[in-house]
Amino acid sequence: MEQHVPADLHGVEPPRRHTRLGRSASPYLLGAPAIVWLVVFFVVPLVTMLSLSIQTCDSITLACTLTWHFAEFPNLIGQYGDTFVRSLVYAGAATVAALVVAFPVTYWIAFRAKRKNFFLLMLLVPFFVSFVIRTTAWYTLLADNGAILTKLKILHLVPESFHVLATPLAVIGGLAYNYLPFTALPLYVALERIDRRVMEASHDLYATRRVAFTHVVLPLAVPGIFAAFLLTFVPAAGDYVNAAILGGTNTVMIGQVIQKKFLETADYPAASALSTVLLVLMLVGIAAYAKFLGSRTIEEYV
Amino acid sequence: MTDQQRPGIDPALWRGLTQSRTSRRGFLRAAGVGAGALSLSSILAACGTAGVSTSSAAANGVGSAEWWSQQPETKTLNYANWPYYIDTAHGKHPSIEQFQQSTGITVDYTEPINDNTSFFTKIRPDLQAGNYIGYDVIVLTNSDPPLSEMIGFGWAVPLDQSRMTNFYKYASPLVKDPAWDPGNIHTMAWQSGYTCIGYNTKYITEDITSIQSLFDPKYKGKIGMMGISTELGSAGLLAIGVDPAASTPDDWANAADKLTQQKPLVRSYYDQDYIKALKNEDIWISMVWSGDVFQAANYQGYDTLKAVIPEEGSMFWTDNQLIPVGVENPVAAMEFMDYVYEPPVQALIEDYNAYVCPVPAARSIIANQLKDPTVANSPTVFPDAQMVSRSKPYYQFKNSQDLDQWNSTFQPIYTG
Repeated sequence: MEQHVPADLHGVEPPRRHTRLGRSASPYLLGAPAIVWLVVFFVVPLVTMLSLSIQTCDSITLACTLTWHFAEFPNLIGQYGDTFVRSLVYAGAATVAALVVAFPVTYWIAFRAKRKNFFLLMLLVPFFVSFVIRTTAWYTLLADNGAILTKLKILHLVPESFHVLATPLAVIGGLAYNYLPFTALPLYVALERIDRRVMEASHDLYATRRVAFTHVVLPLAVPGIFAAFLLTFVPAAGDYVNAAILGGTNTVMIGQVIQKKFLETADYPAASALSTVLLVLMLVGIAAYAKFLGSRTIEEYV
Repeated sequence: MTDQQRPGIDPALWRGLTQSRTSRRGFLRAAGVGAGALSLSSILAACGTAGVSTSSAAANGVGSAEWWSQQPETKTLNYANWPYYIDTAHGKHPSIEQFQQSTGITVDYTEPINDNTSFFTKIRPDLQAGNYIGYDVIVLTNSDPPLSEMIGFGWAVPLDQSRMTNFYKYASPLVKDPAWDPGNIHTMAWQSGYTCIGYNTKYITEDITSIQSLFDPKYKGKIGMMGISTELGSAGLLAIGVDPAASTPDDWANAADKLTQQKPLVRSYYDQDYIKALKNEDIWISMVWSGDVFQAANYQGYDTLKAVIPEEGSMFWTDNQLIPVGVENPVAAMEFMDYVYEPPVQALIEDYNAYVCPVPAARSIIANQLKDPTVANSPTVFPDAQMVSRSKPYYQFKNSQDLDQWNSTFQPIYTG
């Protein structure tokens, strides 16, 4: 059927919406804020950090010159190798702990809860309080003669000399607690979007609850677990607040060393070199992890 | 109208108005990062920092008698100090209230300084550019490098000696003409203090008289040390019987050995949280700053805490008021810095913070008018001859290599 065209539009050119240039430039224009943001707040600092790590600086005048002084790297890795390993172990343990805590809760909210938004909010509300204040609160709670340990000691559940602060347990616990939202939210998103009909299908095919969980829910939640792992592990490995407040002599994390070198002794090359090593370790670790989980997952969900 | 016809504008000026003039360094940085057209080397080199050019305040006439005579009397003052350092009652500072009433100057007293080096790192770019850092007076300790760096770089305005009448009349010999600022050209003390030993008499029944108690295995896991390079290193030197001010790099290595051996006994290396750990009874004995323990024991109910100056002596430091370059209210700054040396004013401040008082005349006012004999009779507030003889000055760094060596000797102990 012929389309009816109003008579008065005959012979009039259709309005030109865009010039060719404007159309081809639009993705860049739309991306411009993000590109500018990344350049200013990521590329420039990153290049500055890489550059500083091979410079030599005077610690009083802070005059720095590029000397390609790579010798700092093996020295620092030798000196702080243990600290790097400790940071990665603590961050890994904290991430696993956070996953173990977050998974059942988010599973329940995603599959069983009636008022999902309410419970999700309840999960997040404590984290509206400042990071440092929450960590200091743990310091007070876990003190040797604090509210918790005193009672356990009165009941003789733990020996008199028992303490939590200044041990790895306190630091890992602090990390797991503080980064819990970064674990819980990606998990929740992944669990929430699992198609319920797939679950029903598995039951129709005589899958037990356990089999349905291990063969259907868990594989579908992998992207969420992966995202949760990244968002928790990476900041936790570089964290210095938890170890500084809750830790002790033998729980020093690499973030504390970098902070001391930047702010206490203004040793910018060493601080930058340590940051660079941490960055490389993270990238290598994530690449290996991604390979293990398959690159398709990464492309889809990260 | 074409560009050629544009009347009356010099092409060079036009270029200047429409383009920002970039330095070579800035150009390299922009071009290198933006276009990626330059070699890696030049990109990386563009990220260097310029360091300090020797633009001292004195060279520009800042702080000279002539400069001071030209400064207007402004009615505001921005003062940056350390926390818990001035008399406070009901959220107000009576000494400041008095000053505001008598002079009409509005004082914005803030407490942004938690340690010397990181505060200095933050204000450094503005000082280097000659900008106003937002404060007319700041307070820095002589134990850490920033104070001597500020003076050395010419970033501390030479004081108007004619406006220091109270200071010269009442200041204690401990803070007059000090080694770190001969002739008080750039600084006037705020308070001094000891880095000494604090302990909880509830758990430690013996009298602590020696710094060796910090190394005593029977207090294993209940010992706190400071994770601050100058403080920890000085404590190590005192423990091996070396006077820190006269120490050599060999002594530093020996002190570091002693501190490394002590490490299994130490609960944690603290910045300032040692006082919290002492109050919580997580640690029983610690390196402390004298006033912190005094305040906790006498004003906050932790009456089993005690601070002592051991027989080996304790590090004696002074926090110094100084005027940074770029200052906007220098006259008001001088007035306030000198005002705190009036004995009745100092008595108010001292009675609150209980560090080492720079005004001996405040003692009788604290005893008789404020009726606080605990502060007036404390040997760590008004040191007697024995205390003065036990006051040890810090090592003065000769140059950056010297400083680097000190830091690389002691920093690994608490960052390892």
